[in-house]
Amino acid sequence: MVEELLKKTFTIFSRNFDKAGENSTEIKALLKSLNFEPDIIRRLVVVAFEAEMNVVMYADGGQMDFVITDEDIRIDIRDQGPGIPDIQQAMQEGYSTATDEMREMGFGFGMGLPNIKKNSDFLNIESRVGKGTTVSAGIRLNANA
Amino acid sequence: MKLEEIKNILQCEVLTPEMDLSLEVNTVLASDGMSEILAFHSPGALMITGLTNIQSVRTADIADVRAIVYIRDKRPHEKTVDLARQKKIPVLATSLGMFDVCGLLREKGLKGAM
Repeated sequence: MVEELLKKTFTIFSRNFDKAGENSTEIKALLKSLNFEPDIIRRLVVVAFEAEMNVVMYADGGQMDFVITDEDIRIDIRDQGPGIPDIQQAMQEGYSTATDEMREMGFGFGMGLPNIKKNSDFLNIESRVGKGTTVSAGIRLNANA
Repeated sequence: MKLEEIKNILQCEVLTPEMDLSLEVNTVLASDGMSEILAFHSPGALMITGLTNIQSVRTADIADVRAIVYIRDKRPHEKTVDLARQKKIPVLATSLGMFDVCGLLREKGLKGAM
């Protein structure tokens, strides 16, 4: 049985660009204090940051669980938002539905989900149009041992 | 290459004068797209960008960037510089554009991290 060693829940606020990314910064500090390998920290934090930015930009808010088990480190995000009509398409590098405001923030170039995929060992996205999206992504600890 | 040397090559204004410019950087990430910066793993790189909002520093911190040079005479908001101070990331600004900044640093031996 998988043992949950640590779980922390963060609230993500919609379109609050000043605070956007603070949760991921906190996760980074937490992983550092727990002495994880720099490469694991970097990958997980890129995953968390990109996912957090997606919620800030597209959704009406959401929650991010940061979970460490004896098998993996992962983030589970649930948002209340427009949903993703075509996940396959959204996974393609360069595909974007970003607004000018998002691009002015330096995001929305169609790299977010591909960056999440590239840096995670597992990724699961479920989405219902008009309801919201859940993303679970993380790094297997045994694969990196 | 030391940040001090980069400052001189690009005729930069140092926006965090209290910070140490003897830090070394050997690679460069240059983009206005933050996910582009995050897509390449190069801890300790110099980040060159025209994006001056607070997300530029957030991204630099997540990507373990060592220092930021803002281009095209853009000046970040004070809260952006404050966050950089908090994260101990030196911040410089130059009037040169992206092409010239990259060209000059490449000529002096810095390598792209992408």
